[in-house]
Amino acid sequence: MHDQLFWFFSIAMLLSGLLVILSRNPVNSAMFLVVAMCFMAGLFVLLEAHFLAIIQILVYAGAVMVLFLFVIMFLDLKAERRRRFRILTFGGGIIVAAAFMVKVHDVVEDMPLVAAKGVAGTTEAVGRLLFTRYLLPFEVASLLLLVAVVGVVLLSKRDLK
Amino acid sequence: MKIERKPLTLWERLYLPAIISGMMLTFSHLFRKKVTLRYPEEKPEMPPGYRGQPVLVKDDEGRVKCVACQLCEFVCPPRAIRIKPMAYPENAKYKKVEKTPEEFEIDMIRCIFCGYCEEVCPERAIFLRGPYSVTGLSRKDMVFNKEKLLELGGTLPDPIKKWRKK
Amino acid sequence: MDPILIHLIKIVGVVGVLLFICAYIVLAERRICAFIQDRLGPNRVGIPLWIRKDGSAIQIGARWALGQPIIDALKAIFKEDFVPGHVNKFYFWLGPMLVMAPALMVWAAIPFGSTLCGVPMIIADVNVGILLVFALASLGVYGIVLGGWASNSKYPFLGGIRGSAQLISYELCLGLSVIPLFMQVGSLRLTEVVRWQTEHLWLVCYPWNWLPAIIYVASSFAETNRAPFDLPEAEQELAGGYNTEYSSMKFAMFFLAEYANMITASALMVVLFLGGWHLPFVPVSGGIAVGVAHICIFLAKVCALALVFIWVRWTVPRVRYDQLMGLGWKVFLPLALAGVLITGLAIVAGWSPS
Repeated sequence: MHDQLFWFFSIAMLLSGLLVILSRNPVNSAMFLVVAMCFMAGLFVLLEAHFLAIIQILVYAGAVMVLFLFVIMFLDLKAERRRRFRILTFGGGIIVAAAFMVKVHDVVEDMPLVAAKGVAGTTEAVGRLLFTRYLLPFEVASLLLLVAVVGVVLLSKRDLK
Repeated sequence: MKIERKPLTLWERLYLPAIISGMMLTFSHLFRKKVTLRYPEEKPEMPPGYRGQPVLVKDDEGRVKCVACQLCEFVCPPRAIRIKPMAYPENAKYKKVEKTPEEFEIDMIRCIFCGYCEEVCPERAIFLRGPYSVTGLSRKDMVFNKEKLLELGGTLPDPIKKWRKK
Repeated sequence: MDPILIHLIKIVGVVGVLLFICAYIVLAERRICAFIQDRLGPNRVGIPLWIRKDGSAIQIGARWALGQPIIDALKAIFKEDFVPGHVNKFYFWLGPMLVMAPALMVWAAIPFGSTLCGVPMIIADVNVGILLVFALASLGVYGIVLGGWASNSKYPFLGGIRGSAQLISYELCLGLSVIPLFMQVGSLRLTEVVRWQTEHLWLVCYPWNWLPAIIYVASSFAETNRAPFDLPEAEQELAGGYNTEYSSMKFAMFFLAEYANMITASALMVVLFLGGWHLPFVPVSGGIAVGVAHICIFLAKVCALALVFIWVRWTVPRVRYDQLMGLGWKVFLPLALAGVLITGLAIVAGWSPS
């Protein structure tokens, strides 16, 4: 059951991920991204990382993608026209993707394969780690977000002054 | 003129007191007497002078007041009225009237309740009043004939019996 | 018994009861709104027991219009399901489903009773209960946005846009306003929250929880698109908002989902603030009778809160859109953060029993 679900979630996630870049209608792309995220949350559930799974849906599918959709609808993007196939861009894309895959492979190789079951995913464990070991990166990230918020407010309100 | 609005006080800006007092008000309305009439069982009382559908009236002697002058038929804007006049027979009590309607039809689909017929009638025989619920299942049902109009109208006592004196 | 069978029974039971309450809460809304406006409201259709030869029926509860939900449902089903030619068919169909599904799915994590014959009265007792509820509820906005967008006409689109902005803003307040509760309880598990409240007082009894409670109530009004925050479907401005182009059963789905959301919001409020299935003087554990009593207490509390939702809707006028956003971001968000701080102080000072 576990294995079948894993394969189902992964294949479905990859498929919808492909459809994100292949579909020409931006709304379709956004919706497939939501679907991909839901399947990814399914994978997290299989790893018993419930907290991560829920946050995945709550933050990405429930909030970020809604904003994406919001912007797509506001800009009134039309379906993309079919572009001419260029060997140069295609080749460049393949090379970049291959390099990325190789790098990811290296990183995964170096990581010790520890079963993360029931430890990493619970709310308490994540919270404890965030406030002890990763306190500085956590605070730096929040500061960065604050800077972004202030910047956006400044940019959008500049002409009102 | 510009009216200065006073800034809201802190108590007002909390909004909650206002919302709660509003909710108390609506709560009190839950138990007030309801104004709804449960229509087919309870009929509304129409005020005097209410302009309902046109009806014919009889006087207190039971005579149809209409003398079939056809003024209303002539004045009716949508031409809803059809009158077929008939002479009174020689030996009739009201022979002096000369004419009476043999048929008097109002097509209630065409009638626009303008009241011109009532205004123009020299004999005060047709009135717009009373009945407001004009219903029927077919076009034919909606053409009201003399009997029906008289039944709806009833009698209107007339102190001056001018046709008797002549 | 087979655990899967038990789960199936629970799911069917929950969905059935939820839809039943939905149907009757619509009737309650019509009745109460009429009463508040000094009218009578629906008062004709009872539940038919026997139809005589001449077409008249022997019915019960006609004075209270107990049969009205049946008639309404039949009307919705048999109405012509008109799909305008200019819509995006796929998303047009998807919209109502995406609104309805999360409203029902959320009930997986809500404890609606203690235990009955040793079976816990919750479908999925996950350790991230409240987050699961919020995550699933946040997916409901897609139905509104896509429904409004796929309708491909101006007012529904404006409704959908309003809906998405409003729901995202108030999700934040909603999430922040419940953090103090979990600081006191120490677990995100909703059964744990109820258990804590059976051992201590209900969470609403502690004064430092009043501010979060008010913010939570107001935010859930906004989250469920109910007046005074029903801007996505503002009838007077947007001709019905995101559901303008919908008819028949698809419209009924939007309509029912609003009420399902409302009941879900009241259920969450009951669980978080009002002690869930707990009532003083009712034993916390016992036999079947106690288990059933707990479910009934829970349902009674939920219905009472749903009536408050209705009551508020027919009292308070709709706010303007900038007022809505200002209220959410400039008032509720800082206040919710302040609530977290105050509760933290209360815990540090040792006032909170935990």
